[in-house]
Amino acid sequence: MATDKYYVPESSPWPLTASIGLCMTAVGGAHFIQQSTMADMEPSFSGKPLFFLGLAWLLVVVALWWRDTIKESVTGLHSNQLGGSYRQGMLWFIFSEVMFFAAFFGAMFYTRWLIIPWLGGEGSNAMTHELLWPEFQPMWPLTETPDGTTTTPMGAWGLPAINTAILLVSSITLTIAHHALLEGKRGTLILFQAMTVALGVIFLGLQALEYVHAYDMGLTLDAGIYGSLFFLLTGFHGAHVTIGTIFLLVTLIRVIKGHFSEDNCFAWEAGAWYWHFVDVVWLFLFVTVYWL
Amino acid sequence: MSTAAATHDDHHDHHHAPTGLKRWLFSTNHKDIGTLYLWFSFAMFLVGGFMAMVIRAELLEPGMQFVDPEFFNQMTTVHGLVMVFGAVMPATVGLANWMIPLMIGAPDMALPRMNNWSFWILPFAFGILIFAVLMSAFGAGNPSAPNFGWTFYAPLSTKYGPASTDLFILSVHMMGISSIMGAINVVVTVFNMRAPGMTLMKMPLFVWTWLITAFLLIAVIPVLAGVVTMMLTDRHFGTSFFDAAGGGDPVLFQHVFWFFGHPEVYIMILPSFGIVSAIIPAFARKPLFGYASMVYATASIALLSFVVWAHHMFTVGMPLAGTLFFMYMTMLISVPTGVKVFNWVATMWRGSMTFELPMKWAIAFVILFTCGGLSGLMLAITPVDFQYHDTYFVVAHFHYVLVTGAIFSIFAAAYYWLPKWSGVMPSKLLGELHFWNSLISANLLFFPMHFVGLAGMPRRYADYALQFADYNFWISIGGFWFGLSQVIFLVVAVRCAMKKGEPAPAKPWEGAEGLEWEVPSPAPFHTFDTPPVVK
Repeated sequence: MATDKYYVPESSPWPLTASIGLCMTAVGGAHFIQQSTMADMEPSFSGKPLFFLGLAWLLVVVALWWRDTIKESVTGLHSNQLGGSYRQGMLWFIFSEVMFFAAFFGAMFYTRWLIIPWLGGEGSNAMTHELLWPEFQPMWPLTETPDGTTTTPMGAWGLPAINTAILLVSSITLTIAHHALLEGKRGTLILFQAMTVALGVIFLGLQALEYVHAYDMGLTLDAGIYGSLFFLLTGFHGAHVTIGTIFLLVTLIRVIKGHFSEDNCFAWEAGAWYWHFVDVVWLFLFVTVYWL
Repeated sequence: MSTAAATHDDHHDHHHAPTGLKRWLFSTNHKDIGTLYLWFSFAMFLVGGFMAMVIRAELLEPGMQFVDPEFFNQMTTVHGLVMVFGAVMPATVGLANWMIPLMIGAPDMALPRMNNWSFWILPFAFGILIFAVLMSAFGAGNPSAPNFGWTFYAPLSTKYGPASTDLFILSVHMMGISSIMGAINVVVTVFNMRAPGMTLMKMPLFVWTWLITAFLLIAVIPVLAGVVTMMLTDRHFGTSFFDAAGGGDPVLFQHVFWFFGHPEVYIMILPSFGIVSAIIPAFARKPLFGYASMVYATASIALLSFVVWAHHMFTVGMPLAGTLFFMYMTMLISVPTGVKVFNWVATMWRGSMTFELPMKWAIAFVILFTCGGLSGLMLAITPVDFQYHDTYFVVAHFHYVLVTGAIFSIFAAAYYWLPKWSGVMPSKLLGELHFWNSLISANLLFFPMHFVGLAGMPRRYADYALQFADYNFWISIGGFWFGLSQVIFLVVAVRCAMKKGEPAPAKPWEGAEGLEWEVPSPAPFHTFDTPPVVK
């Protein structure tokens, strides 16, 4: 199916229309957040409705865009060189995601190693401690903030440990599916990929349960820096698991429709790489956010 | 460096050039998208420049004359944002789009549709930002545009930010998406699309510098996305990242921001190094001196840029060991930068030099960028920075590296490659007028800023003490002069776009090297449909 000529697509309406959708989502999102969190903001069309309109617009455009790409792939317009471009592009995208998480992990270590001790008077900060919050006790997890908000830390060995096991198993099932794809065993492929998707859904369900539990015991987004970091890190990870699950679900449907072969399976492998990346992030999360 | 047989597209059955509006809106052609980027960035340059004129008009005399201090703050903020993210960065992306496929013998960028998406996000993102400014100037109740400086430090941007801050955050996210996709495209194009025989160490230096720039973009733009996300949650969801009362720290903002922000300044200047490394050998008629050392110097600068960020924060109260580390690391950057300047000068040494327009801009770049680099070295010295911090000395420093550095090199690139883009030579007379007026006015504008800065005039204020009046008068005159001079370039560019001028041969510059000169001028819509063989 591969060709020798590099495929440069004809002009396409999707980039421009996707930008319009992105703009609506951004403007609507900003207003939606303002109108739902600020007392002096009235709900208006430029808030929630525009946000969801933009999101729907974006989803439709992306679906149509990828439909074009899939059509090109299935009709054999893609050369091996183009496959290389896609693969390299995906790897660099994952690297950018690594750096996105690195910013949040960096914020966490800066908080744990520097901010909290300094607020407690360490180094040359004795006067900071004395003048601002002399009662403040430095500790991690920070259960009482300088202004006196208290919270309860999330333990590692309940749901989070189960979730770790789930994600590790899902990586194994996905690898079995990958081998099945390369060896042309469609039945095994479908079975193990479906298991991976199911494990992703279970993970997300348990994560939601854990959030409910956290709010019950007073661990909230506004309970000081520990809650902020906890929800930012696990929340963005959860968002990425959601994207990864949808990604794997789409490629599963394509597998069932008979797409992909051992030498034409970029989208499938991209989904798999993404899943493994999300997995590795979780391991770091589990060790640094829950455990230590 | 390399020779190749020019190949043209001669099968017009399906790959004919689209026409009309659709050609530009739906483009998948690297040349058209490059042109869009370049025009967009020039438009933003004029918009940001207009804001600078408002700033300089207010500072022409001491006391308050034209705008109130709130609007002045919005002008300094949006001027910086528009120039950094809207003018300099898109201009270099435009150059990358146009030139990289031509230079490495590729049919197009690796991912052409994504390329167009990278571009079309930008007008919307800046539309949001500029809409906020227009609302502030003319809207009912004059709701404030972002007013916290282009570095948007917390808590000015979190606790005290105006409502438009949220729109600003989302528009930064959009610019980030655009930059990351654009950068991925460049990296993949360079790694995957080179013509046979075009090994990495045969690539023109512009391609090398852009490859490294793209790596920096992919590495640090997500960090910018992270920091604005934390701002958003601090503003609306009760998190305490930048609030010490909740166990956070406003200084955390500065660390995360500058972890992005310092590599960002190299993102703006590395492509300039590539441009100058193309132009100086062409007009000195000698190969670039020390090609390999240029590559390694660029890579060293990029890697060091990750470990110098806190030199922007010497006065926030870091531990002594931290300030010393960042001071020495920053000074270390002057070594690879010095290698580069040395190599440019050594390339000119005993060359058969001629001084066509691109060369004039390039030489001005070398001298004035070095000037800005040396004031950077002064700022790197921690105890000295205590005096300079947040004064006009800093403003002078970064305008020397960004205006007489990055923007001068972008003009050099424009005069160098306009014949290839448009098929006509840019007007010599207008070009000379543009160059000399810009050169003299930019120095009148920025050089006295060193003196008022050393004497203690703080940046970002709408008013100043009387003893700074004379210098500020001349700075403002230089500012208006520089701003008006750029209108000359608008005429040059429009004339080229309308094909008015002397027709350009395929290789208009005698000493120029590289694949881009093997194709006709203007470059046909599709080039290197079958890859050239590089010997």
